[in-house]
Amino acid sequence: MDIFKILSIALGAVLTNNFVFVQLLGVCPFVGVSRKVETAAGMGASVTLVMGAASAVTWLVNEYVLVKYDLLYMRTVVFVLIIAFLVQLLEMLLQKWMPGLYTMLGIYLPLITANCAVLGVTFLNVERSYSLMESVFHGVTGGLGFLLAMVLFAAIRERLVFSDCPENWKGLPLALVSAGLMVLAFMGFSGLRIW
Amino acid sequence: MSIKGRPAESLLANNPLLGQVLGLCAAVTVTTSVVSGLSMGLAVAVTLTLSNIVVSALRNFIPHQVRIVVFAVIIAGFATAADMLLRAFWPGAAGALGMFLPLTAVNCLVLGRAEAFASRNGVAASALDGIVQGGCYALALLLMSLFREVLGAGTIGAGLLGKAGEGIRVLPAEFTVGAMLLPVGGFLALAVLIAAARWIFPGAAGLKEG
Repeated sequence: MDIFKILSIALGAVLTNNFVFVQLLGVCPFVGVSRKVETAAGMGASVTLVMGAASAVTWLVNEYVLVKYDLLYMRTVVFVLIIAFLVQLLEMLLQKWMPGLYTMLGIYLPLITANCAVLGVTFLNVERSYSLMESVFHGVTGGLGFLLAMVLFAAIRERLVFSDCPENWKGLPLALVSAGLMVLAFMGFSGLRIW
Repeated sequence: MSIKGRPAESLLANNPLLGQVLGLCAAVTVTTSVVSGLSMGLAVAVTLTLSNIVVSALRNFIPHQVRIVVFAVIIAGFATAADMLLRAFWPGAAGALGMFLPLTAVNCLVLGRAEAFASRNGVAASALDGIVQGGCYALALLLMSLFREVLGAGTIGAGLLGKAGEGIRVLPAEFTVGAMLLPVGGFLALAVLIAAARWIFPGAAGLKEG
């Protein structure tokens, strides 16, 4: 396993190809669950968990079932099923063994099924033909990039509440403009590479 | 779902994209041209209507604990069908939508309506809800893509209208704002659209959240 390849996957997933800011995957929860830093961090942490787990399971299923039996046209359905199943499983496991963490993350878990970043990372793993380890690493670091975006944006939104702006722009429109400026700022990372 | 009052107001005020900001991923990404915005809107509307019908028909047989999994699989089935149909009959539009076409399977609007409406109401009402909500979403995508394409490329309907499919030019090429075609343009266009809808319909409660 090439350490430089792993590092460049991490750099890409967190900064240069950040899932939210550059690839625009997972924008719904990014705007919907980012009013407070704590909730944004909770959502980001749960998404990181699911993205890592989903990358591993979808890689195995894709390699040993879909490709082997020539069922590639079923990819979307199977991957969605796996992700929804993983989210449900995670919810039950957390509830049973880690009730503290469950009360913290529980309300976000059902939302993760509808997060395009999770399905997006599994598609990208297949598209770029990553190995199993690379896929898992891509999933986890992609989740960390999502967490970074959530926390940064939530911190800005907490301050936006106090801004003095025209009535019609209060709340969501102003938050969307800020998100647009953050997207523009993250374009500055493009071209950053590890040899 | 209330279709009372002036139709234009209820279209914009109860719009799933402008009011509840559902289905954002697709909205900020694919609305760079009218053709891709509209084809995405139609793909979502068809998927939403069909999945609403099936979810509503099966609502008494789906166990409550695993309902999200079942909804997700039903929606993914229709999203795959929409993806394949578009690729077969309109490959140009499907290529422009890229990965976001199969990602309709996890569009929060479709899953949200399945959970909030179709799993609690009859088949006919759910079908109507799918058509209305999907139509409103497609309309919002059309408005956004019109705004972005006119300002960003200076054309309307590139890829479909005009001679050689280059669109109808409304703005000379040297006056266009290229940034509107970048991802930042998607966020700005949506912000402008929501603020404009609030300005035109000051009484609309659905637009005040967020």
